[in-house]
Amino acid sequence: MMLEINKLNKSYGSHCALSELDLRVQEGEIFGLLGPNGAGKTTLIRIINQIIEQDSGEVLMDGLLLSGESIRKIGYLPEERGLYKKMSVWDQLIYFSRIKGLTALEAKQRVNHWLERFEIASWKGKKIEDLSKGMAQKIQFIATVIHQPRLLILDEPFSGFDPVNAALLKSEIINLKKEGTTILLSTHRMESVELLCDQVAMIHKSKKLLDGSIRDIKSRFRPAQIRVTLELGNMPLPNQWEVEFTEENRVSLLLPLQGQSPNQLLRELMSFGEILAFQELFPSMEEIFIQQINSSVDA
Amino acid sequence: MHKVLLVIQREYLARVKKKSFLIATLLTPLIFPAILAVFVWIAVEEKENQSLRVIEVVDETGLFFMESSEQYAFSSSSKTLEEAKALVLEGERYGALYLPKMELSSPQGIQFYGIENPSTALISYLEAALKRKVEDLRLYAKGIDPAVLKQIRTQVKIQSLTLGDAGEEVISDATVNYALGFLAGILIYLFIFIYGNQIMQGVIEEKSTRIVEILVSSLRPFQLMMGKIVGIGAVGLTQFLIWVFLVGMLSTIVVGVLGMQMPQQQAMEMANPELMSATSESGDLGGLLYVIESIDFVSLIVSFIFYFLGGYLLYGALFAAVGAAVDAPSDAQQFMFPITIPLLVGYMGLFVFVLQDPSSSVSFWLSIVPLTSPIAMMGRISYGVPFWELALSMSLLVIGFLGTTWMASKVYRIGILMHGTKPTYRTLLKWIRTNH
Repeated sequence: MMLEINKLNKSYGSHCALSELDLRVQEGEIFGLLGPNGAGKTTLIRIINQIIEQDSGEVLMDGLLLSGESIRKIGYLPEERGLYKKMSVWDQLIYFSRIKGLTALEAKQRVNHWLERFEIASWKGKKIEDLSKGMAQKIQFIATVIHQPRLLILDEPFSGFDPVNAALLKSEIINLKKEGTTILLSTHRMESVELLCDQVAMIHKSKKLLDGSIRDIKSRFRPAQIRVTLELGNMPLPNQWEVEFTEENRVSLLLPLQGQSPNQLLRELMSFGEILAFQELFPSMEEIFIQQINSSVDA
Repeated sequence: MHKVLLVIQREYLARVKKKSFLIATLLTPLIFPAILAVFVWIAVEEKENQSLRVIEVVDETGLFFMESSEQYAFSSSSKTLEEAKALVLEGERYGALYLPKMELSSPQGIQFYGIENPSTALISYLEAALKRKVEDLRLYAKGIDPAVLKQIRTQVKIQSLTLGDAGEEVISDATVNYALGFLAGILIYLFIFIYGNQIMQGVIEEKSTRIVEILVSSLRPFQLMMGKIVGIGAVGLTQFLIWVFLVGMLSTIVVGVLGMQMPQQQAMEMANPELMSATSESGDLGGLLYVIESIDFVSLIVSFIFYFLGGYLLYGALFAAVGAAVDAPSDAQQFMFPITIPLLVGYMGLFVFVLQDPSSSVSFWLSIVPLTSPIAMMGRISYGVPFWELALSMSLLVIGFLGTTWMASKVYRIGILMHGTKPTYRTLLKWIRTNH
């Protein structure tokens, strides 16, 4: 177990940022931490990074409580980013790797390795203020992973990245996962992580609403909705069926399952004509999320 | 621990490598000898190029005979005031001195006419000359011979000596002590302000660019804060030591070159009019040098460095706390008062009290209280300070900077992660009280 979080509480004055939060992050997976702004994601991340302390509860990494030793194992890309503007790329990367605990020699090797990996070795002597925003983002990412962290924490990783760099970042995330890095990814933009994450947890107003694998969550919230395309026969359709559109004698229908199995529905449909398409509709994570928030507000 | 060293190293190198550091470090010490040289040069030029100024004396009493000097010649050819004024207007005369008929017991109605405003030096020269003439005349009227009078006139000069604990006598000179105290006090004041501001700017930079978030995930906020303060302090110390070296070298060269061009005493007088009264007669220059030699420069420099570092650490922590509390330099103003006010009190106190009377009780308190002592004590040290006072002042300064550092670290660790809210003094107090 890479990360185990038990009954974590944190409040700022009267404002509760995290309450009784439990999380499990397995080694080698990409874990999505989802929730709207102000849900408590950044607070949780800051606690894991030992920037702030929890009021109660515990955070275990590799089964051990967080300590100074954990710093080297974690790489952290905060939501808002910045580098020393007047410092050169080389000095900056060396500084961040040394701060993370690498020796001078290790630091040099790692920086060279990454500059070559991104084919930007010629930027070494440039100051950050002379780089474009996209270039600076690459440096920022290198600074985050330079010490080969086993746990990579990315807070809203795609915000602020242009599409080219966002794609690069995505492929680097997948590469790092292949190399065995565990990745904790926090975002309020669900669509960006749906394809990336193995596991997710949704946080809202300091509490965990649900967690599990994406497939798991989706099937738990499997909708009672099927999209069917029919070539109509002679039987008129029941009035309560919702017709999406009609094209000559083809109709597309959105049908709730209403306790039936798909096969039962299929059988029923066959009597109305020729079935051209039959598709179960999964809700997007965003829809599940909004639905969950609304039901938690109602409750 | 080695992470603090990394921070110190970064802060130090980031500043020392800058071109502006090199320029400021090399040019500043050039400024003092340059100013000195310019003054001397102007004085020499003026003396050489001066044309004699002729002043027409219209003396209705017939009693005054004005002696001409190097600069002024007096012509007394019994003209009327109107004729004299006409000469001035034509440019024939620099000015006209009008002495109407008057009672010698209360001379009144003396006037000077000129095209341009006469210098105060000329007016006081005339006043002194006339005063002496009037006094001479009145003494003569009372039956005292001017020749006798000339014999009686004497010059008095006091040599001041300080008695050491063992009763040893040291020739002191208030002017030299004044100059040293003045210089040391101002230097500390400037260093605290300049480098304190750099700390604040640095903290704000790291906070506003959110670099701090990455940094504090790797090291403790306290390590980060101390690393910054110590690193920038080392920059200041480096700059100071380079200055000491450069000023010493350049001054030696300048004095050496000038020494060949004009008598040294004259050069000293030109450079510092205050010294003129102290060394008015020839032969006193040796005395002045003797006084300078008798000052214990080693202990002066050691205590300068102590108060420099102590004052810097004390205020540096406060500057760091302010930087952590705000989002932008423009917001920092509201928290600057608790820093600027005691610094200004120390600075003003140095001039108004300490340098005037180093052993008064106000001077004593200013040099004991840690917020003002770095500046005020430097004003006293060259005059000699009892050991126990120095020890008390120094230990209080150490306690003082430990205190401000403790307070600042509390504000710092919370402040650097706060964005978008403008804290008040009350929130700062709450942060200081927060326990973690």
